[in-house]
Amino acid sequence: MRTIEAPAKPLDADAIRRDFPILATSVRGKPLVYLDSAATSQKPQPVIDAITGFYSAKNSNVHRSVHFLAERATAAFEEARARVATFVSAPSPECVVWTRGTTEAVNLVANAWGDRNVKAGDTLLLTEMEHHANLVPWQMLAKRRGARLRFVPVTDDGRLDMDAAAARLAEGPKLFAFTSKSNVLGTENPVADLCRTARAAGVTTLVDAAQSVPHGAVDVAALGCDFLAFSAHKALGPMGVGALIVRPGMYDRMDPWQGGGEMIQRVRLEESTYAEPPLRFEAGTPPAADAIGLHAAIDYLVAAGPARIHEHEARLTRLALDLLAELGVRTFGPDDASLRAGIVSFEVPGLHPHDVAQFLDAERGIAIRAGHHCAQPLMRRFGVIATCRASFYLYNTESEVRALADGLKAVMEYFRR
Amino acid sequence: MSIPEPSFEALYRDLILDHYKAPHGKKPLAREDIVTEGMNPVCGDEVDLALEIGADGRVAGVRVDGRGCAISVSSGSILHDLVVGKSLAEAHAQIAAVKATLQGAPVPKEIDLGDFEALEGVRHFPVRVKCALLPWTTLDQALRELEAKGEKS
Repeated sequence: MRTIEAPAKPLDADAIRRDFPILATSVRGKPLVYLDSAATSQKPQPVIDAITGFYSAKNSNVHRSVHFLAERATAAFEEARARVATFVSAPSPECVVWTRGTTEAVNLVANAWGDRNVKAGDTLLLTEMEHHANLVPWQMLAKRRGARLRFVPVTDDGRLDMDAAAARLAEGPKLFAFTSKSNVLGTENPVADLCRTARAAGVTTLVDAAQSVPHGAVDVAALGCDFLAFSAHKALGPMGVGALIVRPGMYDRMDPWQGGGEMIQRVRLEESTYAEPPLRFEAGTPPAADAIGLHAAIDYLVAAGPARIHEHEARLTRLALDLLAELGVRTFGPDDASLRAGIVSFEVPGLHPHDVAQFLDAERGIAIRAGHHCAQPLMRRFGVIATCRASFYLYNTESEVRALADGLKAVMEYFRR
Repeated sequence: MSIPEPSFEALYRDLILDHYKAPHGKKPLAREDIVTEGMNPVCGDEVDLALEIGADGRVAGVRVDGRGCAISVSSGSILHDLVVGKSLAEAHAQIAAVKATLQGAPVPKEIDLGDFEALEGVRHFPVRVKCALLPWTTLDQALRELEAKGEKS
């Protein structure tokens, strides 16, 4: 997403693997080959330790009591927020709202910003390559407000049609919500260009960065978006926590969403006043241990080097595309490997993705995803109901990519019998 | 804790692959009294199931169509074989027996599972149970719609 300088020293995936206890799993006697990180990443020991450490030494509710543990917990929780802010180059920790993940972050914007700003007859612009998390909340908002949805089409090689995007942005939709990187195709969208065009047309932007934040440098200031959402669990962190990054000034255009503890200032029986953001948007006890786990995950990612991670994944992706092409397996997404990273969706001729995935698991211990990847409209766009998807992360190796290709060769032979 | 580790072959028996490669019940029916669509939200698989009911009230024909994996396609093919000729009550009993098989529950001995016995191993693969059930839950829906229609007229 940001121009990344070529790293001096490539990533040492073998050394990294030793930090991930789960990667030593044996799957029916075969070493686990985990190629499903786009669904969720595995967690390194420091992240596991941070979560255990919270419950062993800090556990207490945050932003409430004044006792020793509460102060410890609150400090660590707020340090995690500050770490997220610097990681994505947000101007201040106050720009970071904790959510349960990307899905809740999008729902938050659809409600807190959407219900206040979207009126009957307004247009919400999305793309054909959205995950259901960045589609269904907008469908629900459109229904509530009497707004309509429009979509930037996807080209045959899996890119956004940029001419159409410019034309539709010029029509002045209220919002443009789009993914920074397709979870199916691996396409990396030109986020900064799209945000610039949107900004010029006065269009509010939301970037679903669930697939980008784990894999390289994301700089919200450089991207120029109004909202950016991501989940911890795809970025080496725990499940159940994520963040919404809010551009300064946007809070003024949002109403509180969920009500409850922590989001209030003064509560009377009939009405209440609200806490200042970001706490205004964080009703209830937050997943403090998980936020602290994300802090550890970010430290791990930064130490490994976002540029090196990106370069490593790009190398594995190119290898996978080459090996799959040799096998005659149909792949989806840009042929130009520089436009994509980390994800390869494919179809084995004549075979259903479930059958392929089950074979790879049972016979080879290889974990891939088979299904619609929470992107049914994109599946229809390419005339399939499901695909197989292999996704790569910093702990994957070239030999694992070769194991995938060998496994696919075997599954084709098996079903030919 | 040990998890049973059934083999791939236990899931994909030869009989299953035979049904998958040449599924029964793909032909359009002379008269389609009810057409019902089913979908597996996990994978997006779709099945299109039609029934023809004879003058005697029995199932005279079944059409099972759609896109699916080896498990769901073979299950639909076996459904065709098992349900043609059955009364609606017998069809309901067959559905119950299939569900029991996939839950590892006992099946009444008067029920013939036919080739569905080859799908018994699917119960060890919880995610795939939905694949095997898809044609049957669609049949269940079709029967209910048919019965609701009958009550109205």
